[in-house]
Amino acid sequence: MPADMRTYLAHVELPNPILTASGCAGTGRELAPFADVTRLGALTTRTITMAARAGRPTPRMAETPSGLLNAVGLQGPGVDVFLARELPWLAERGARTVVSIGGGSVAEFSALARKLTDAPGVTALEVNLSCPNVEDRGRVFGRDPSAAGEVVSAVRTAARYDLPVIAKLTPDVADVVAIAKACVDGGAEALSMINNPVGMAIDVDRMRPALAAGTGGLSGPAIRPLAVKCVWQVHAALPGTPVIGMGGVTSGRDALELVLAGACAVAVGTVLFHDPYAGHRVLRELEELLQERGFDRLADAVGLAHRPSHRTDREESSL
Amino acid sequence: MAGSPVQVTGTVLTMRRVDAYHALTVVAPGIADRFRPGHFVTVAVGGPRTSTLTRRAFAVHDVKPDYGGTVELVFTVRGAGTAWLADRRARDPLDLIGPLGRPFPLPRDPASCLLVGSEYGAAGLFALADALQQRNCRVDFVLGAASSDRVFGALRARRMAETATLTTRDGSLGVRGSVVDVLPGVIADTHADVVYACGPMATLGGVTAVCAEFGIPVQVSVEELMACGIGLCMTCTVPVIGDDGVTRMTRACVDGPVFRGERVRFDDVGTIPFDAHGAPGGDRAR
Repeated sequence: MPADMRTYLAHVELPNPILTASGCAGTGRELAPFADVTRLGALTTRTITMAARAGRPTPRMAETPSGLLNAVGLQGPGVDVFLARELPWLAERGARTVVSIGGGSVAEFSALARKLTDAPGVTALEVNLSCPNVEDRGRVFGRDPSAAGEVVSAVRTAARYDLPVIAKLTPDVADVVAIAKACVDGGAEALSMINNPVGMAIDVDRMRPALAAGTGGLSGPAIRPLAVKCVWQVHAALPGTPVIGMGGVTSGRDALELVLAGACAVAVGTVLFHDPYAGHRVLRELEELLQERGFDRLADAVGLAHRPSHRTDREESSL
Repeated sequence: MAGSPVQVTGTVLTMRRVDAYHALTVVAPGIADRFRPGHFVTVAVGGPRTSTLTRRAFAVHDVKPDYGGTVELVFTVRGAGTAWLADRRARDPLDLIGPLGRPFPLPRDPASCLLVGSEYGAAGLFALADALQQRNCRVDFVLGAASSDRVFGALRARRMAETATLTTRDGSLGVRGSVVDVLPGVIADTHADVVYACGPMATLGGVTAVCAEFGIPVQVSVEELMACGIGLCMTCTVPVIGDDGVTRMTRACVDGPVFRGERVRFDDVGTIPFDAHGAPGGDRAR
């Protein structure tokens, strides 16, 4: 008997817990020749901004051990083109769509939320808190609890009451739990973590930074332990808040690791560049692993690693 | 579904050395059937638990109908990924996606076509030459590289084309210099109606400038670093002028790799041109 894979983001039911991570599934159309996007739990769009953005100069990408540095710079045509051309394609096919939004000010976030809230086909809004705040000397919203809470509550106020708001957290903070609590207090119904930590690589042949932008977001299996830690800490502090775990998931085992740490859904990102069918493969592998371990429901495995086992010497590291 | 790419597990048929390069032939029927000159394929490298996550993109040298359809790629070892690929042997499985990208447009009527390639980037030109000759086009080649052992396909080019002009930077074969240096003379001699070019950005920029002087169209196949090859990652963008005259950061993988040369802003590659759609400054927010 296969395990019941349904999961919930607030009151929204997803048929399975595998999502795509923001910025890794294109508009859905690019993925479609290789994998049925409607069979995913949900597809998360790249971060949608108010105006069109050309992004960063190339080179935008550098491969690192078990990872990828990227500095794309949120390239996209802007929210109006997204609503006119990209969202309808997903909606027509019945794909559940989490729309990631990003802005340079609180006002821009709430304007985006207002534009998107009544569009058909939007399953949830994900607030990309890793955007620099132009009104606060470019400081990233997600690194400051009060700024993060303010953005989330502005989006929550602007969005329709029954549209879940998800806050996407960066691991580049001293205390991820403090940010998570501020977001939940601001009205976030769910949290997704982790966004890319910032990294850098230098091309020793050219003796210059590998990326034109200098630094970039690090993704891939290299960051999975960071993701597990963040999910673990946040689930321990906020056990009632649904967490979408992501960061270097390439297999069902990786997904199960995040589920056991406390994630009720798991997103695949960078692995889609390697294998566009990865989402469906991870789902099948996760289903098999749960079945092998005797679970009837995915929900029974969420956060299971927090329960004490025979030995109780699991002390938190002071690091 | 002629143009639609497929992901297949191909089987390595042969791996051989061609001059300074490796040539890998893979049985991949779904890709061979759909292939048109100018398409490329991507390969997952490093096996199932790989630590190199980005796919490697290669021009297709040849497709053959043997064993249901084979695809031949030409590459050189540049890092861990291509080193792994060079270690593949007959019967090894290989994860391939293709055919990808926009192929070369072919002239409707017979024309005199000049094919310009440098190093192993020239591999993608031979399938094009076959297709052009089937349409009764005259084909001439200009092939260049740093040294004689790195000029790819000189023999085949000499056999199949009306003329084949070779250039090397060290003068060890043909004319000393680059393909761009000999291009004006070759265009004049062959009365070329159209130029097709493969190679690094700087070479393509030079070829495009020469063609502009002669007032003949040029189709270039660009090389830009890409992670996925299927349009997801947004890392292979090039500033390209659209039909509406607006410059956009355009993905080389799905909107290219073949562009009309004069549409690519070669001088601005590696930057965001100030007048590009969505360039900073145009966007008040950031």
